[in-house]
Amino acid sequence: MTDGGDLGWWGVLIAVMGGAIRVSTPYLFVSLGETLTEKGGRVNLGLEGILVMGAMSGYGTAVVTGEPWLGVIVAGCAGSALALLHGLICNLTRVNDIAVGISLFIFGTGLAFFLGKPFINPSAPRLPHLELGAWSTYPQVRSALEINALFIIGVVLAFALAWGLKNMKWGLILRTVGDSTEAATALGYSVNWVRTMGTVAGGFLSGVGGSFLSLYYPGTWNEGLSSGQGLMAVALVIFARWNPIYCFYVSLLFGGATALGPALQTVGITSNYYLYGAAPYFLTLGLLIYSSSTKHSLAGAPGEVSISR
Amino acid sequence: MFGSTFNNGLEAVVINAAALILTLAGFGIFVALFGHNPLDVYYILYLGAFATQISIENTLTQSAPLMLTALCTAIPARAGLLVIGGEGALVVGGVATVLVGIHLGHLPPWAGVLIMGLAGSIAGGLWIGAAGALRQYRGVNETIATLLMNYIAIAIMNHLVSGPIRDFDQVLKTSSWSIPESLMVGTVPGLDVHWGLGVGVVTCVILYVIMRQTTFGFGVDILGGNPRAAQMAGLPINRMVLVCCFIGGAGAGLAGTMEIIAVHGFASESLVVGFGYAGILIAFLARQNPAAIIIVAILVGGISASGGLLQRRFDLPDATAAVLQGMLFVMVLASNTAYGRFKIFQVKAN
Amino acid sequence: MKKALPASARIGRVFALFYPMVADIEATTINLTSGRKKMSKKFQMSRRDVLHQGGNIIAAGSMMSLLPTLALAAKTVTVGFIYVGPRQDFGWNQSHWDAARKVSKIKGIKVVEQENVPETAEVEKVMQSMIELDGAKVIFGTSFGYWKSIKKMAKKYPNVLFTHIGAIWKSGDPKNVIGYRGYTEEPHYLCGIAAGRMSKTGKIGFIGSKPLYFIYNNCNGFVLGARSVRPDLTCNVVLTGEWNNPVKEAETTNSLIDKGCDVIVANVDSPKVSVETCERRGVFSCGYHSDLSSLAPKGFLTGAEWNWASGAEFVRAFTTGKPYPNLKRGGFKDDMVGLSPFGAAVPQKVRDEILTAKQAFVDDKLKIYKGPLKDNKGNEVLKAGQVISNTDIKFKLGVRFFVEGVAG
Repeated sequence: MTDGGDLGWWGVLIAVMGGAIRVSTPYLFVSLGETLTEKGGRVNLGLEGILVMGAMSGYGTAVVTGEPWLGVIVAGCAGSALALLHGLICNLTRVNDIAVGISLFIFGTGLAFFLGKPFINPSAPRLPHLELGAWSTYPQVRSALEINALFIIGVVLAFALAWGLKNMKWGLILRTVGDSTEAATALGYSVNWVRTMGTVAGGFLSGVGGSFLSLYYPGTWNEGLSSGQGLMAVALVIFARWNPIYCFYVSLLFGGATALGPALQTVGITSNYYLYGAAPYFLTLGLLIYSSSTKHSLAGAPGEVSISR
Repeated sequence: MFGSTFNNGLEAVVINAAALILTLAGFGIFVALFGHNPLDVYYILYLGAFATQISIENTLTQSAPLMLTALCTAIPARAGLLVIGGEGALVVGGVATVLVGIHLGHLPPWAGVLIMGLAGSIAGGLWIGAAGALRQYRGVNETIATLLMNYIAIAIMNHLVSGPIRDFDQVLKTSSWSIPESLMVGTVPGLDVHWGLGVGVVTCVILYVIMRQTTFGFGVDILGGNPRAAQMAGLPINRMVLVCCFIGGAGAGLAGTMEIIAVHGFASESLVVGFGYAGILIAFLARQNPAAIIIVAILVGGISASGGLLQRRFDLPDATAAVLQGMLFVMVLASNTAYGRFKIFQVKAN
Repeated sequence: MKKALPASARIGRVFALFYPMVADIEATTINLTSGRKKMSKKFQMSRRDVLHQGGNIIAAGSMMSLLPTLALAAKTVTVGFIYVGPRQDFGWNQSHWDAARKVSKIKGIKVVEQENVPETAEVEKVMQSMIELDGAKVIFGTSFGYWKSIKKMAKKYPNVLFTHIGAIWKSGDPKNVIGYRGYTEEPHYLCGIAAGRMSKTGKIGFIGSKPLYFIYNNCNGFVLGARSVRPDLTCNVVLTGEWNNPVKEAETTNSLIDKGCDVIVANVDSPKVSVETCERRGVFSCGYHSDLSSLAPKGFLTGAEWNWASGAEFVRAFTTGKPYPNLKRGGFKDDMVGLSPFGAAVPQKVRDEILTAKQAFVDDKLKIYKGPLKDNKGNEVLKAGQVISNTDIKFKLGVRFFVEGVAG
């Protein structure tokens, strides 16, 4: 504590909170996307590919046009396109949605790396942020409260989706289709159509999540940009019990856990950083073991989703 | 009986060949969009993968670990589980191999290699077996559990090689201690391909026989096809699931062993290069058939092998091979729907 | 199937299936024959490319089995570069890519490149493929983990020159292998001087990837340089544990800035993220690997660069039959490292000071490790009067401590 700028352990707390907000947004978007997909009764393990594709296409668009928000939209559309592919293939009989997801993971990342080569080097304009911490005299607090609009959109979306799934007609249809194919067919809904739309909407959100990575934080495009945020979406959704609001909390938790390691090292706790880094995975697995049971499926799980059976 | 098997086989060949041709056509359009002549690209694919002895050796080297990691998904899948933990099991197997191998310098090479192989297989087997046990006794979804366990295995390995089992004489990379040079295995006779290939082929063949010819294999197929029927038939379901998970994990663990004893000599993050995830798809492409895994792995290995030549000849990005692989995976998976739709393959019921 | 391939090539292709061949593309120019006329204009370039390098290699291969001396007629030398990551990454791989550009400018040299080659058995096959299918005579293996494979391939291909960036060649290793590497702790020392002069808080930050000797040395150079102009300065060190993880690097940079550090250098594969994050938050940054000055027009001070292009001299020596060293290490004195252009923020006085220090490295007057020196746990490393030569690699390889002034 040599000068006023050093907040010691408070600094760690602020850094973790700031990190939670900064790092959580892509987790939030992919988990919301996966929730929509799974509520319709399918699992899309290809969100990693979609996320990376979104990050690349968003960045590329921003580099070329100079418009980061256009990049976000393009990223969402690219994500929808890949998700549509997933949806259409899974509409065929005897096709395993998880395997298609993994092949989409490889195809999407491959395509993104292929098309993204020219964009590794240039810098793109960054998405703007709101200075919610302007009241504070501490630069640490100000920086932690620099909040990107996408984060706010994500939070609003989480609550809106939670409400919509419960109260809107589309939510009801989606849940019916996800819970029981027979019931939905009996009610006259086209199961495949609804599921495909759920997947496409999920793909859009995941693509937007990817664009957050490349256009805001960390705000670059390279081939190591995603460290598995898309793959983790499936686990996050289970963690969040298919509830969009819980998705928000879980994303914050994962973001904070990512920030914990570096923050601890700055105050001198330097060993075992690999294990701190894996903390979210240990935590999720532990929680999964704790809450599972052979007697019944997980609370909130859509009945038709393969991973909840 | 024979007629039906033959027809089924023919059906699979025709459908997969059609999927392959469609993929190549799609890929041709893709490269044409970037100003390359598809025919030239096809030719380079062939040249890089199969045209010369070194291309073939390259292909086989690429395919060797994939055969073993594919088993990690294929065998449990026959019992109805979807395991995606090959990456983690490979890492765990590799680390176990090193931990055991460093103490075996005094043994004759064959004994040392055998023990290391056992160590890797058992470690990988227990790793995936644990996921199987969690599912059977606790109801934990095995797909998610093995996904998380991949990250955990990698983190544990990184932790070990950067501290507890680190060899500080290896100055360029955080790596574990090395196994004795005498226990490293060389290449398959007549080919410049490491022994991982031989082990992979033999393991796949043995498992093909087990899953096809034994009562156990038959029981597993019943379980995978219809769990309720298996229960009615009084099959020991829990034990069968655990055994399948163990075998699958052992396959991936063995892949880790081979990476250590034939390639690296030590554990490091070079074990984590995506063999496990590629293996999942190979298992699905081979429709969980261990013998077909050999062929599919070679095909996919060939694409990776020719990727380098595509890069150097056409200045196409390295990701071109991934694009082609992704297209192939998507196409073959989609083609699954075609089975049973063509009358000519259906044997008339007597 | 190709319609218009020369007959010789077609036969050759069949032949090649059964016969392992050694081909040298440059010898293949002899048999470019018919078949090009029918092609559409659009694809002519690529087609020609392929004919050059693809189809006719085979033909050449089969012909060469009859006429093995043909390869001697080759004048151009093919040099293969193998990268572990993408080659334009504003970092490690780009520093080699820059070198490849310089090598390719040498007359009679043709460069072939392959990126994202993992450190597995794959790299051996890539080298073989470059040697046998592209006729490469020199291979630049630009990642640490290629070392074992390089040694293996060097034994198999004694007529090919291999270089490796680890500089860990020792006697007994194949003679056709060169290990070379610059002492980047020297430019880090200069970055440290800039940091010490420019820091307002007296706190600087160092982001490392893995706990490896050169990371320790770079960090110590950075801190010693900074403390040489500002003895009370401290440095926070964070290891991310990974060579490439942009989210973690950004997070680490932010937490260092939150901690009060106002000059940061990142020793990761691509410091782009860290430099850009510093620029956004209005603190200074230094670069590593290649020139990053364009990423941070306001806050960039200077950076530590490699000069891998010195590998060009090995190619020259090898192709002209002149002797070459098996091991080459050096700092500014041997022109093995470089310093990035100064950022606008650095005043002339500081620039002069840094350039003077750089000259002192060139003249071998400035030593990085000299007594009295303590590590950051208070243990004495060097007694007063003890001096470690800048080329004392044995000492440097053993460095596993941070010097006094490092927190964390």
